[in-house]
Amino acid sequence: MRYLPLSNKDRESMLNTIGIESIDNLFDELPKSEVPQNLPKHKSELQVDRELSQIANENLPYTQVPSFLGAGNYCHYSPASLDYIIQRGEFLTSYTPYQPEISQGTLQVIFEFQTQVALITGMEIANASMYDGATACAEAISMASRINKRSKVLISGGLHPHYIDVSKTQLKHLGFDFKVLDPYVSGKEDLLNQIDTNLSCLVIQNPSFFGNIQDYTSIANECRYKGVLLIVVVTEPVSLGLIKSPGEMGADIVVGEGQSLAGPSNFGGPGLGFFASLQKYVRQMPGRLCGQTLDKDGKRGFVLTMSTREQHIRREKATSNICTNSGLIALAFSVHLTLLGESGFLELANINHKNAVELSIRLNNIPKIKVINSSFFNEFVVELPRSAGSVIDELTDLNILAGIPVSRFYPEHPHLSNLMLVTATEMNTKSHLDSFIDALNKVL
Amino acid sequence: MKNNFLHEEPLIFEYPVSDNSAVDFDSPLGESENLGGIKRSNPIGLSSLSEPEVVRHYTRLSRQNYSIDTGLYPLGSCTMKHNPRLNEKMVRLKGFMDIHPFQPEKTIQGAYKAINLLSDWLIDLTGLPAVAMSPAAGAHGELCGLMCIRAAHEHNGENERKVVLVPESAHGTNPASASLCGYSVESIPCNSKGRVDLDALNNRLGDDIAAVMITNPNTCGLFETDALRISDAVHNAGAYFYMDGANFNAIVGRLTLKQLGVDAMHINLHKTFSTPHGGGGPGAGPTVLSESLAPFAPVPFVVKKNKNLFMVEHSGSNQSEFSIGRMKGFHGQFGVFVRALSYIMSLGADGLSQVSGDAVLNANYLRVRLSKYLTPFHNGTCMHEVLFDGSFLDGTGTRTIDFAKAMIDSGFHPPTMYFPLVVEGALLFEPTETESRQSLDELIDAVIKLAKKAMKKETPEFFENSPVNAPRLRLDETLAARKPILRWTPNPVLKAAE
Amino acid sequence: MEGYFYTKEHEWVTVRDDTATVGITDFAQKQLGDIVFIEFPSLGSVYSQGDEISVIESVKAASEIYAPISGKVITCNDAVEGSPDLVNLNPEGDGWLFKISEIESQELNSLLSHSEYEEYIKKITE
Repeated sequence: MRYLPLSNKDRESMLNTIGIESIDNLFDELPKSEVPQNLPKHKSELQVDRELSQIANENLPYTQVPSFLGAGNYCHYSPASLDYIIQRGEFLTSYTPYQPEISQGTLQVIFEFQTQVALITGMEIANASMYDGATACAEAISMASRINKRSKVLISGGLHPHYIDVSKTQLKHLGFDFKVLDPYVSGKEDLLNQIDTNLSCLVIQNPSFFGNIQDYTSIANECRYKGVLLIVVVTEPVSLGLIKSPGEMGADIVVGEGQSLAGPSNFGGPGLGFFASLQKYVRQMPGRLCGQTLDKDGKRGFVLTMSTREQHIRREKATSNICTNSGLIALAFSVHLTLLGESGFLELANINHKNAVELSIRLNNIPKIKVINSSFFNEFVVELPRSAGSVIDELTDLNILAGIPVSRFYPEHPHLSNLMLVTATEMNTKSHLDSFIDALNKVL
Repeated sequence: MKNNFLHEEPLIFEYPVSDNSAVDFDSPLGESENLGGIKRSNPIGLSSLSEPEVVRHYTRLSRQNYSIDTGLYPLGSCTMKHNPRLNEKMVRLKGFMDIHPFQPEKTIQGAYKAINLLSDWLIDLTGLPAVAMSPAAGAHGELCGLMCIRAAHEHNGENERKVVLVPESAHGTNPASASLCGYSVESIPCNSKGRVDLDALNNRLGDDIAAVMITNPNTCGLFETDALRISDAVHNAGAYFYMDGANFNAIVGRLTLKQLGVDAMHINLHKTFSTPHGGGGPGAGPTVLSESLAPFAPVPFVVKKNKNLFMVEHSGSNQSEFSIGRMKGFHGQFGVFVRALSYIMSLGADGLSQVSGDAVLNANYLRVRLSKYLTPFHNGTCMHEVLFDGSFLDGTGTRTIDFAKAMIDSGFHPPTMYFPLVVEGALLFEPTETESRQSLDELIDAVIKLAKKAMKKETPEFFENSPVNAPRLRLDETLAARKPILRWTPNPVLKAAE
Repeated sequence: MEGYFYTKEHEWVTVRDDTATVGITDFAQKQLGDIVFIEFPSLGSVYSQGDEISVIESVKAASEIYAPISGKVITCNDAVEGSPDLVNLNPEGDGWLFKISEIESQELNSLLSHSEYEEYIKKITE
């Protein structure tokens, strides 16, 4: 068995050293095994490769057909050097950097990652990562309540439904009082009149789940005035290269999903929760933080710091139970942003937006279709003349991954069933758009 | 890890600013904009490097890390085993990597199949009837298990159960997760052998106890021989038995959880099933559930209907009437699932029981060979990790941390230190099954040499100053915490203070 | 240490002009190691004897501070906020933490005297 270096001779002589007869004797204190005897035995590398490749072949990769999928998970190009770097064994096979003298590589990456997240969100500080955007959102709500000792939560109807569900699940036993507004697809949501001094936080998403973008500065001002924390969720961080940052609008906490800059979709996981806030709230932050310091020679170095917030020290009084987070995905995100650099990041955002606008113009030209959004970044909603689910199904048969039916997320809101979420990125070509439009004309 | 050929590497932000990028783009498909007037107007302040500079930056940084690929990594409770590259190859198959979570179901039947294959393996290996696949890591799995437990109690009208019992030797995540679930936490003492004190547990059990969380094998590296008596006592008191699966590597393929009367346990795929730790994640913490907890499992989960697989995404439907709801965006840590599946298929059931056998053999070999010099916490057989206390250093002027840091100069990652908390000056070694006899002997020789050196009491400063051959000397953690600098800024405060 | 009173949780308190000054003992600062942060109570908040009043942190530990006496917090030691190492250097002098007014001075009777506290330390460190 290729992963096990001990030979039978080794085992024998080691058993000798220990003074017992067989490996089974090491387990004498355990009850007799009831593991089923008929499970498959070990396989060669070639055989596993064959079997898993066969299963993989039953899926249709979005890179093989024109694809317009988003809803919190975005398909961007991943430069070749990104995957090379994250597969270096020194990054891939190291543990959480508890021994800083021999973990400066990982620690400096985290420090650079924290800086990049702070810069693009316009916030003062960021942590080392959370599991994903949805769990980061739940953690942000809980952090807000630790800061202002209130428990009422107002959630915009533009927040990703998975983020709403995860927050409600994760916090259900902690005494929060959630008010979730109805999904709002178009127009302006009336939030200003709902901000009162009992509220702990307001959670909004920009661009919203339906792709709308908005300047929340006046809402942020109202929140500050009433002692309410404004949490801004960003599920498509590429947008931050083109639109005003949440920090500039006055957000207190910014969380989101970093997957779009961290490589391919992988069916939605593992993701990367990013988490940024103002410096004054740092003691209430969940998760790991990397900080700069000096070694005994006075050389700059990095360490995990302010660990007294965390579970391994504070146990039941910790700010969160999180331990393992998304280190490698944070590395991928950070490498991608470094590869892009300032000019590349702005250009990537620019192309995404312009491709999406081009697609929206061409879709709007189809008489039976209406683009709902007045403004958007790279994702928007179109209204179809019949159920989006059935149209998407027919387009799939024509080898187009057209979009996502909004009703998939809102089974309790049947009036949304003709709506389809559509995304365009730098991955889309003119011929993708042509095929999409042709196919739509065919099925409608 | 010597300093030779290691370069000092600046932060990306400290490279000269230009309009360089390591990415070239095609032109956009159109020129129109539709931003509604909230275009960014200020520069962001990101770096500007070309591809060769970026690759060199990260390659140089990587060389400042210790890793499994470069050496034995005996961190107790972390199961730092070899990460097979086949796993990485498999997760990069286009049919796994380039699939979107919201593609039509007919285009992702293979993904559902992969999830199902893995969950079937986890069910078979643990003997429990159901597994919640979506938790993202061990702590997330703990929360999942506890939420199912709470839902079950509430379903049965047992709303007065508000306390979770956790042994004092437990991982910090256990009490933290219990508290996130709205429970208060009480600690149960260990006996002199580091095992749960059954009498103390029995005395505390009652109708206010919701669950008991036990790590088995425990954090002292011992199998909880009273596991069955514990689960009986817990169940008789109307509570549920949660088992922390961090140490599953010791028993995989040799014991089911059903045999131990377990109601819920998370499985760290990034420990037992070889998916890489990645410098702090991602992990995955699928949580197996007993029959009484299965109905409360979180969404989403894959079910079979006729010949097709489909996903139950919302709670409250026919199949998910009692579900606690959703714990994670999308469908769980799919990329981690594929890696774990590739590992499990490679080893098979016979290989997995050899894994636990060799892991426990290696730990006991370390125990016997090191016990002449270090002070073992327990004299009999240990499981997959071996615990020493700090008493061999008494009177030497050398502390546990200094001894462990000196191992770095011998070329080894230190073991887990000062954990479990119940043992003074603890050193917890977990070699894993993927270390050869030769590499174990090298570690043993190095540790013995250091122990002899410490016993001589001549050079406590040698230990205090260790390591000297790592990329950095000891770092000032007090400075980092007193004056936190958590990001780069154009005018670093630290520089100004100098 | 005439006029100083101690708790078993290692706080000290001394009263002058009806105002109590509170800190942690030398034993406590040694146990914690390098102090990096003190989470001070907000001024004007009122505590009863034994209430958790603040948290003091070192790099690897955090410890609750309990009010040794009931009353209202009127001052926190700004110097300590800027240089937490004062608590390590001089825990029972410059490293004091906060002052409490409107106290119930009879509560001092329930606390340990200096010699009783020394006796107690001897017992728990044996």
